[in-house]
Amino acid sequence: MSDFLSPNLVVFAMTIAAAFLSFYLATGRVRKQAIASQTKSHSLNQYYGFYVSLWVLVPAILLALMWMFAADPMLTSAAKARMVDAYPNLPESFLNLKMAQLVNIASGYIKAPDAVMAAQAELLRAAQASADRARSLTLAAVMCNGFFYAFRRVSPELRARVLCEAFLRRLFFLSAVVAILTTIGIVASLLFEAVRFFREISLFDFFFGTHWSPMTALRPGDAAAADEFVAGSTGSFGMVPVMAGTLLVAVIAMAVAVPIGLFSAIYTSEFASWRVRNIVKPTLEVLAGVPTVVYGFFAALTAAPFFRDLGLFVGLDVSSQSALAAGGVMGIMIIPFISSLSDDVITAVPQSLRDGAYGLGSTRGETIIRVVLPAAFPGLVGAFLLAISRAIGETMIVVMAAGVAANMTINPLESVTTVTVQIVMLLTGDNEFDSVKTLSAFALGMTLFVITLLLNVAALTASRRLGQRYE
Amino acid sequence: MNNPIEMIQPDAETQARFEKIAQGLKKRHAASRRLKTYGIMAIVTAISFLAILLTTIISNGYTAIQQTELQITLTIPAEKLQYDDGAIDPVKARNFNWNGLIKKAFLAEFPDVTAMLDQRALGEILSKNAGYDLRRLIEAKGSIPVGETKVWIKTSDDVDMLMKGRLDRNLDEAQRRLSNQQIGWIDSLVADDRIRLVFNDTFFTAADSREPESAGVLGATVGSVMALFVTVLLALPVAVMAAVYLEYFAPPGRVTDFIEVNINNLAAVPSIVFGLLGLAVFLGFFGMPRSAPLVGGMVLALMTLPTIIIATRASIRAVPTSIRDAALGLGASRMQAAIDHILPLAAPGILTGTIIGIAQALGETAPLIMIGMVAFIVDVPATLTDPATALPVQIYIWSDSAERAFYERSSLAIMVLLTFLITMNISAVLLRRKFEKKW
Repeated sequence: MSDFLSPNLVVFAMTIAAAFLSFYLATGRVRKQAIASQTKSHSLNQYYGFYVSLWVLVPAILLALMWMFAADPMLTSAAKARMVDAYPNLPESFLNLKMAQLVNIASGYIKAPDAVMAAQAELLRAAQASADRARSLTLAAVMCNGFFYAFRRVSPELRARVLCEAFLRRLFFLSAVVAILTTIGIVASLLFEAVRFFREISLFDFFFGTHWSPMTALRPGDAAAADEFVAGSTGSFGMVPVMAGTLLVAVIAMAVAVPIGLFSAIYTSEFASWRVRNIVKPTLEVLAGVPTVVYGFFAALTAAPFFRDLGLFVGLDVSSQSALAAGGVMGIMIIPFISSLSDDVITAVPQSLRDGAYGLGSTRGETIIRVVLPAAFPGLVGAFLLAISRAIGETMIVVMAAGVAANMTINPLESVTTVTVQIVMLLTGDNEFDSVKTLSAFALGMTLFVITLLLNVAALTASRRLGQRYE
Repeated sequence: MNNPIEMIQPDAETQARFEKIAQGLKKRHAASRRLKTYGIMAIVTAISFLAILLTTIISNGYTAIQQTELQITLTIPAEKLQYDDGAIDPVKARNFNWNGLIKKAFLAEFPDVTAMLDQRALGEILSKNAGYDLRRLIEAKGSIPVGETKVWIKTSDDVDMLMKGRLDRNLDEAQRRLSNQQIGWIDSLVADDRIRLVFNDTFFTAADSREPESAGVLGATVGSVMALFVTVLLALPVAVMAAVYLEYFAPPGRVTDFIEVNINNLAAVPSIVFGLLGLAVFLGFFGMPRSAPLVGGMVLALMTLPTIIIATRASIRAVPTSIRDAALGLGASRMQAAIDHILPLAAPGILTGTIIGIAQALGETAPLIMIGMVAFIVDVPATLTDPATALPVQIYIWSDSAERAFYERSSLAIMVLLTFLITMNISAVLLRRKFEKKW
């Protein structure tokens, strides 16, 4: 790595040094000029320094980033073209392996196995070296250019602070836009791959097909022949059983989490003293802080065997990857989610409603059941919707504890699979981006994203309605 | 008798109604108490789930803190490993058959075991990496002991499980991973005091391995630390700048609303979707290396961004407006007021929010699996682009393994992970308490 990194580090250090130097020069210049012309400069001296160093740094950083995305792929593709010439008969997949080997040889990790590879590695190394030189020179030129442009403009009349602040404000705006860019990135990447998937598999087959077995559909030969018999020549990418499994697990999770979470929230918000509340609430929050992989571990290696043994004891056949174990443990994970959201919602119900109910002679319980909960209802629905969205999108618990085979069943004792499990299964292991198998993961991801988005929007609308009611 | 209310005598009908209310009251209060009991039961259930979770993990994992070792007497042939001046020749040391040496010495202690299959069964008591361990031991020591020496060698994971009582002796022999014969040998070794349990330092100084006794969490921990380093480096500045923009500079309007909606929605997007984003954009489009902590950190940065933005905005709002007004009144620009006056006062809150966001990111597994940090990696990563895995992913990998000993190590790795999380959260609370200002 040291061969690869050191020119970068040197360039980086030089750039930083140039920025400091220009800061120093610019503040010196404006100080001298102000004294010479007996005027007071518009901004504090440091702003002139910032102004010039920004002109040195920002173009250089932009250039370096562009270089990274433009030059490195160019180097690689040139090296690949040379490799194609050197090994004309090699199939594509071997060529990629050879390329990876070549990069490692050029970086000095491994020794070249033969003369051809050694020569190619030498060529690649030379190309990298000349590209590095070219980059250093271009960077230096850009920095000098920026420096002289800005440095010549430095004078006591220059409104350096205003210029610096305008730059900062734009930078701040760009940072805020990162959130939008992330959303766009998610939608675009999912959509792009999903569209490629739907070119192979029709929308109808995907959303309404009832048979899901992507692993076998891929393989040409006997396995696929058997599968074609079941699913037709398009393969078997019907997501209905996957979705059904997801919903089953989510329903079980909610069946555990809603009663426990809601009653906890009622207790902490209506009955508990401040002292108890301050102990109970953080303790419940601990459940939310436990990483999901820990729940997955617990579900797969403790809860699932427990339910299996319990089933054997009462004479029921429980799968070792039962939906019950995965859903139940997921429910435990969601308890704090529901309890803290519901607690917030219930606390937000105005005290006047409670006082009115007490004044009419209601007991505490009646006030809660007949007045507080109905008033909080929209907010509670919002909390439940958010929890369902969380349950549907949860990955590790189901990857570790639920099954891989897509069974269409509503029996919680059987094994089902979920959308997230399928995404993980399809994308771990060999990873060619063009197979229908991997593309289908993105179609599932798209579906997951849309469903959770809709649930979140619905939750937001519901809780906003609560806010409007009592403000 | 001049109080008018007392003068009114309730008629029979009203009297009956009063009695009915009084009778019902008992029931109604009972219903109220019942509701309260349900609440207490719910909380007790939730907390006992937490207790079960923690005790299961601790009771499964605490034994992994020890490792079984076996004492072997052997003579290391110094002449095959040294230069002429007596220093160890690293090339010779690497090529020397250490495993063979250990196995031969061990077999020599059981002269009556002669059959090929029996000898193999006897050899299975030793760790498959025993030779490697011995070489490292000698290399660390720098000199080769002369003559017969006694060394402690790690046993295989099955022996380890037996010694810790995690392998049931009463099980049918066919279903047991150690045969009766092997257990007999082990018992005789125990009787000779030649088997001991010692602190399992390998677990804290090694990366992953196929053999449980040689596997450790250091590689995964370093991978996690590297990824989180990238996360903080990217997410913290962007989040703080975004928060300052939204609080002080954003003009009210559609763009600002859209940014806010996006931030809130991103906070609720399933983590695996961020993994898909990383896979498609960072790996697919930009061609970044697979399994690298750099890419993992970038994906986690996108995930934690909303958390830190929301925390930063809250702590900026907690700074009284009078501070800003005073700064503006004395002639500071809006930018100067924000950077020089508000941000330093909001810093403890920002720090707390960042620590909590990073703690969340530390526990994330799914997005890292998506970008390939789930590989089997035996080296501790040295740079941000080396293939690596992360602590939670290591737990996932181990819990998928068949060996019982990995189950135990997985639990201990969870304890390590939880220790990190608890430390981070406690330090966040302490920081908040230390620097929190009441205005």
